[in-house]
Amino acid sequence: MIVEIKTVKGSGVPLRGNDIDTDRIIPARFLKCVTFDGLGENAFADDIAALKEKGEEHPFRMPVYQNGSILVSNSNFGCGSSREHAPQALVRWGIKAIVAESYSEIFFGNCVSLGVPCFKIDHKGAEKLLTAIEANPSQEIELSIENKTLTMGDLKLNLILADGPRGQFMDGSWNARAGLLVNADKVAEKAKSLPYINNFAE
Amino acid sequence: MGQNLYHKLYDSHVVGQLPSGQDQLFIGLHMCHEVTSPQAFAMLRENGLKVAYPERTFTTVDHIIPTTIEARQRPLQDKISEEMFTHIEKNSAENGITFFGPEKGQQGVIHVVMPEQGVTQPGMTIACGDSHTATHGAFGAIAFGIGTSQVADVLATQTMAASKLKVRKIEFTGKMKKGVYAKDVALAYINKLGVQGGVGYAYEFCGEMIENMSMEERMTICNMAIEGGARCGYINPDQTTYDYLKDLPYSPKGDAWDRAVAYWNSIASDADAEFDDIVIIDGADIDPYVTWGITPAQSVKIDEKLPAITSFDESEHLVLSEAYEYMGFKEGQDIKGVDIDVCFIGSCTNGRISDFEIAADILKGKKIASGIRAIAVPGSQQMQKEAEAKGLDKIFTDAGFEWRQAGCSMCLAMNPDKLKGREIAASTSNRNFKGRQGSTTGRTLLMSPAMVAVAALEGKVADIREYL
Ligand code: SF4
Repeated sequence: MIVEIKTVKGSGVPLRGNDIDTDRIIPARFLKCVTFDGLGENAFADDIAALKEKGEEHPFRMPVYQNGSILVSNSNFGCGSSREHAPQALVRWGIKAIVAESYSEIFFGNCVSLGVPCFKIDHKGAEKLLTAIEANPSQEIELSIENKTLTMGDLKLNLILADGPRGQFMDGSWNARAGLLVNADKVAEKAKSLPYINNFAE
Repeated sequence: MGQNLYHKLYDSHVVGQLPSGQDQLFIGLHMCHEVTSPQAFAMLRENGLKVAYPERTFTTVDHIIPTTIEARQRPLQDKISEEMFTHIEKNSAENGITFFGPEKGQQGVIHVVMPEQGVTQPGMTIACGDSHTATHGAFGAIAFGIGTSQVADVLATQTMAASKLKVRKIEFTGKMKKGVYAKDVALAYINKLGVQGGVGYAYEFCGEMIENMSMEERMTICNMAIEGGARCGYINPDQTTYDYLKDLPYSPKGDAWDRAVAYWNSIASDADAEFDDIVIIDGADIDPYVTWGITPAQSVKIDEKLPAITSFDESEHLVLSEAYEYMGFKEGQDIKGVDIDVCFIGSCTNGRISDFEIAADILKGKKIASGIRAIAVPGSQQMQKEAEAKGLDKIFTDAGFEWRQAGCSMCLAMNPDKLKGREIAASTSNRNFKGRQGSTTGRTLLMSPAMVAVAALEGKVADIREYL
């Protein structure tokens, strides 16, 4: 099924900080697994534990952000390993899109293939947005892929998204598997033409 | 100019071109084991997708399964292993996929099981979430390893995105000398061409030496293509292939058999086929090989001294020093006579009946050196039964080996069979990477089953030719 992604709506989750790496997003010990299912619960497990010790709470655990789906952060988000587990963990937790100052390239690519748009925003914009979410956690944010804009009540911000990935979200080609699936009829025909599939009938 | 097998099969399996410019390639046979498939099945479930051609996927359990009868009792002691085991069983059952499980006596290393069932056949495109899928090329198929996302692609569509490789013909002239086995031939071409030499290539193995090989020997040759950097390796199907396949459970039967042979003959490389590169290796130049380092290309002939780092290209110096440091060996020393602690006969490279027969021949009526931990691990339950019917198990246990149950065992140690500390293993497996056999400081010397057998007898690396 081809899924076009043109807008993403939801409340925000503010995650302040630069260089939030894949090991923090999902610690390595959670990688030996049979599904990506459990990864959501363990997203930021070590950061969450470290903050707890100090008597603080991580945004991923704060009740006000539990329904949030738009992650907002600062620069070089998702640096570290190439593992697909990190974006998978975020998606499992409930994240549908990310707005940050910059990303590691591999993380960005992994997100595209999962249908998670990663918008870039300038530093000033990021700070404004983080503050706005912290002040009003449940307020809906609307992201437009087409217009590369963010709307949150009165707050309107311009975002950056390269034409390549933008086009892939808009026409659904971000999902490579979908490209294979649409040709099911041709695949069936191909199968029919292969001798070993038809008991070598002439 | 004629066509080679790779091009014929690739072209006949292309469904069409994808927007990315890659080809959508039909996969004739898909195989899954417990380690790389569960996430793929989960991806399908999450996206509401079905397995498109369940009859074209076959599964078994090999990496995590313990190899002693007691440790195989379910539930397995290691929780994640048990989870992986249950998942492959459930995913197979729920999707109508044939699972070669231990209860049916059909379980084993995936690359041993599928050929012996006759599932692997010439003329197919074969994919599996495992790098040693190249093994199946021995039957005249294009067989390659894929990642978890591609496993999901194949499950959902029976196709995947692919690009055509270049093809290098590797011709082995002459006959194998006494004391030389298929494993030595494999180590020889990797030694010659390097671990990166095959990148971007499919390898066609041919020549008099290959033509005279049994199917089991051919599988050993193709198994290690991946260690030479090639995505896949294959051998043209011939009478040896057909004799092996005849009357196996999944082989074509009756009239279909004759039509199958006609098709299989038609897909072999034409006499005047074109290749992107040709390498000729003289059989007279192949002696028993032993790896001394941390890549399968770092090998010497049994009577050679370990090489000087400066005898190699400068780009390799770093990895060579790393190898010497890790292994604790010195340039210029002999490999022959190096003390060993563990002997392992098994794996998808050398875990078939002929491998155990060769080793048993050497071990018969003898005892292994004291202090050596030696295990013989059948590649499959079916092969195990055959070996036990021939009394091979008895020869191994009398000699001081443990005779185990089928699985990957100490090839990669995702199960209880592991090296301890700095132990050195003489191993018939295919990878001597750092830590590969379960200890972060453990060491692996790759060699043929015959060489492992004599190493077990002497407690140190020895020359099989002195025993013949
Ligand atoms: S025997 Fe070793 S190389 Fe072969 S499939 Fe098992 S782990 Fe992989």
